[in-house]
Amino acid sequence: MKLNLLIWRQPNRERAGRMVPYVAEDVSPDMSFLEMLDVVNEKLIKAGEAPIAFDSDCREGICGMCSLVINGIPHGHERATTVCQLHMRHFTDGQTITVEPWRARAFPPHKDLMVDRSALDRIIAVGGYVSINAGGAPEANSTPIPRDIAEAAMDAAACIGCGACVAACKNASAALFVGAKVSHFALLPQGHPERARRVAAMVAQMDAEGFGNCSNEGECEAVCPKEISMASIARLRREYIRAIWRGGK
Amino acid sequence: MSPVTAAPQASSTKLDARVPDGPLSEKWDRHKFEMKLVSPANRRKFTVIVVGTGLAGGAAAASLGELGYNVLDFCIQDSPRRAHSIAAQGGINAAKNYQNDGDSVQRLFYDTIKGGDYRAREANVFRLAQLSANIIDQCVAQGVPFAREYGGLLDNRSFGGAQVSRTFYARGQTGQQLLLGAYQALMRQVHAGTVTVLARREVLDIVLVDGRARGVIVRNLLTGEIERYAAHAVMLATGGYGNAYFLSTNAVNSNATAIWRAYKRGAFFANPCYTQIHPTCIPVSGEHQSKLTLMSESLRNDGRVWVPKQPGDRRSPGQIPEGERDYYLERRYPAFGNLVPRDVASRASKKVCDDGYGVGDTGLSVYLDFSDAIERLGEDVIRERYGNLFQMYEKITDENPYKVPMRIYPAIHYTMGGLWVDYDLMSTVPGLFVAGEANFSDHGANRLGASALMQGLADGYFVAPATIAGYLASTPLAKVGTAHPAFDDASHGVQSRIARLLAIKGRRTPREIHRELGKLLWDKVGMARNEAGLRDALVHIPHLREEFWQDVSVPGPERDINQALEYAGRVADYLEFAELLARDALERRESCGGHFREEYQTPENEALRDDAQFAHVAAWEYAGDHAHPVRHVEPLEFEYAQPAQRSYK
Repeated sequence: MKLNLLIWRQPNRERAGRMVPYVAEDVSPDMSFLEMLDVVNEKLIKAGEAPIAFDSDCREGICGMCSLVINGIPHGHERATTVCQLHMRHFTDGQTITVEPWRARAFPPHKDLMVDRSALDRIIAVGGYVSINAGGAPEANSTPIPRDIAEAAMDAAACIGCGACVAACKNASAALFVGAKVSHFALLPQGHPERARRVAAMVAQMDAEGFGNCSNEGECEAVCPKEISMASIARLRREYIRAIWRGGK
Repeated sequence: MSPVTAAPQASSTKLDARVPDGPLSEKWDRHKFEMKLVSPANRRKFTVIVVGTGLAGGAAAASLGELGYNVLDFCIQDSPRRAHSIAAQGGINAAKNYQNDGDSVQRLFYDTIKGGDYRAREANVFRLAQLSANIIDQCVAQGVPFAREYGGLLDNRSFGGAQVSRTFYARGQTGQQLLLGAYQALMRQVHAGTVTVLARREVLDIVLVDGRARGVIVRNLLTGEIERYAAHAVMLATGGYGNAYFLSTNAVNSNATAIWRAYKRGAFFANPCYTQIHPTCIPVSGEHQSKLTLMSESLRNDGRVWVPKQPGDRRSPGQIPEGERDYYLERRYPAFGNLVPRDVASRASKKVCDDGYGVGDTGLSVYLDFSDAIERLGEDVIRERYGNLFQMYEKITDENPYKVPMRIYPAIHYTMGGLWVDYDLMSTVPGLFVAGEANFSDHGANRLGASALMQGLADGYFVAPATIAGYLASTPLAKVGTAHPAFDDASHGVQSRIARLLAIKGRRTPREIHRELGKLLWDKVGMARNEAGLRDALVHIPHLREEFWQDVSVPGPERDINQALEYAGRVADYLEFAELLARDALERRESCGGHFREEYQTPENEALRDDAQFAHVAAWEYAGDHAHPVRHVEPLEFEYAQPAQRSYK
């Protein structure tokens, strides 16, 4: 396959970026999208040019590091797929493909297709955990948890923190990301002692980081590689209202 | 220097594992009591550097922060939550005996020692088994959503190398959930102000002052600046060296640079030849391949492995009649058939492919066929058992394994070797601790499934925080800042190496050379090794290294995000490390666990250990770039688990 790529190149945060055309030749349908970019970069290095900077690590859909908007859709058009697991057989010979970074006020650009997602870490830091220290934990089976509750918590906990939900949202809201973490702990008894404090702190940090509000469009759920449900956002709101009524306790 | 002369066997005067006295089951408690403590008010005066934010590094940094130490935690990714522990699928072992099937600390200890083919240190493994139960308690209290029974209690599954069910799991994402638990604990300490996470930074050297580890030199991957950090102790938790083979199940950024730099600063490197191959990976589809994806070995419970009887048979599998198929595992191992251990299955697959019977476009894969099982049990049962794996396979290969046989091939998965550590997880450099896959300590020559997560968290939550405290409390440490000349020296060394890489401006990309190194290691120092091949590798690796330093192309600039430069530095280190790997494999003239020497096998093709000659840890000491490394020996004594021959016939 031969593909016409339009790739966002931006030297750094201070300087403006632009779409730059590249041609990818001899693309095998078995390549992942990132492997196709690796091949483009190999050619650039051979020509002594600066390769395209992009983030990736595990390349098996679990670390959440890869973050490309392909033809306008975060992680591309395949459902429940990270871009590292998106294969070239889903594209056609001669197709033009645009490749852009996550775009959101809370994700400032670093270079080319790399952005700064540390805002998501700071949201976790203010409350996305159970406050216990190592040692002294009670016997693991001392608190039975109904299987369906544990499974629902796992559905929410499966979030990989990639930020596609933010990139897809017209408001650049992090509601699905925050909702997933709040739901994980709101469902489990271990999360209950800090339930109100957690949601209040995480929502305040989300706002402070410059993420927008949720207006129920659902793009986040549509692009989420782990298919986190928008029900998490509903639970986030319920938890938030509950926290306000109880004065954050 | 001649690469083919055997290094002399040195005595182990420099290797004191400092295992506490007393009965095995009392050693850890006794040691904890005997170690000195740092009073709570003094802890914040101590700075500890942790490198890595995976299970071992993230858990250790969080725990040290909880105790009140000042912690600097480094990672190469954009967030500590992305460390490659996240990709572990299967589960984590713990001796809880929730299934009432006879499990105990002793049994987990014994299974781990036996699984490691009697090449691990008894005292460390026993402590690991003891701590396993605490890990599960800790993780459940953190809110890790482990799988549960309908009654609400924790579920277990069985795993290879054990006759009890002791593996705790969270779907096929156990590593992810455990890592997020550690990451969240870490971020809690960031919020509390005890831990500073320094993301997108790569450690390029360890700084020693008065012979002790006192800091690190890192490259800021966003700005390209070379930064210096000083501390009272340093802990490396940077994972294994599987990516030396170019293709492995590791993440693309996983690398051996930090442990290799530590080795060159005097930390001994133990047992590099112990590498683990996983038999059921998705095969390579072409030269573009950047990594390999593992599928759970449980697939072999119902799949039958075969290749065509005619070499080079290009017919589609459905057109090959039953009589023209070679079910080679069933043929060669009638008792265990398709369920022979990982290493036996892997070697057999490679052999049939090397002999020209392999299938697929590359000829480097074998069929794993579920058609008999589907006929016998129905597609629904197979979907229930393996649905997620079949889906993953189809996503990557575009082939429907319900209709056509899967194609599988072995891949490098885990490395048991690593920096040598004593009972306290301290390397031969005082003040330099090593945890998780980066050290050599607990898995011997072979790691059992679901034991990597156990070791990472045992080291991180419980062992390292206690032993690092013991070190800080008992060691007089002068005040050292980053203006110390040792930091100047190390920093200049790092800078000049980067300048050298950028100045070559050759014709070959780092990836091309890495791919070539990987192929060489896979062929000669892979799952089956022999003396001739290893000597050959020892001739070729230095040539390839020379070619790299003559002809590699690394585009600039230095002071910017430069992923090609990051990668080139890692490849340069693999090109040095690979030689040690081959040398260690050559010197270990026996087969054990993940190290298979063709000269030493039973008539049934099982690994043939030589306990009289090789019941020891080989720990290599760096002796300069142009001298042979020195092979030191730590004898292994088995007081409680008597060595026996492994048999799966």
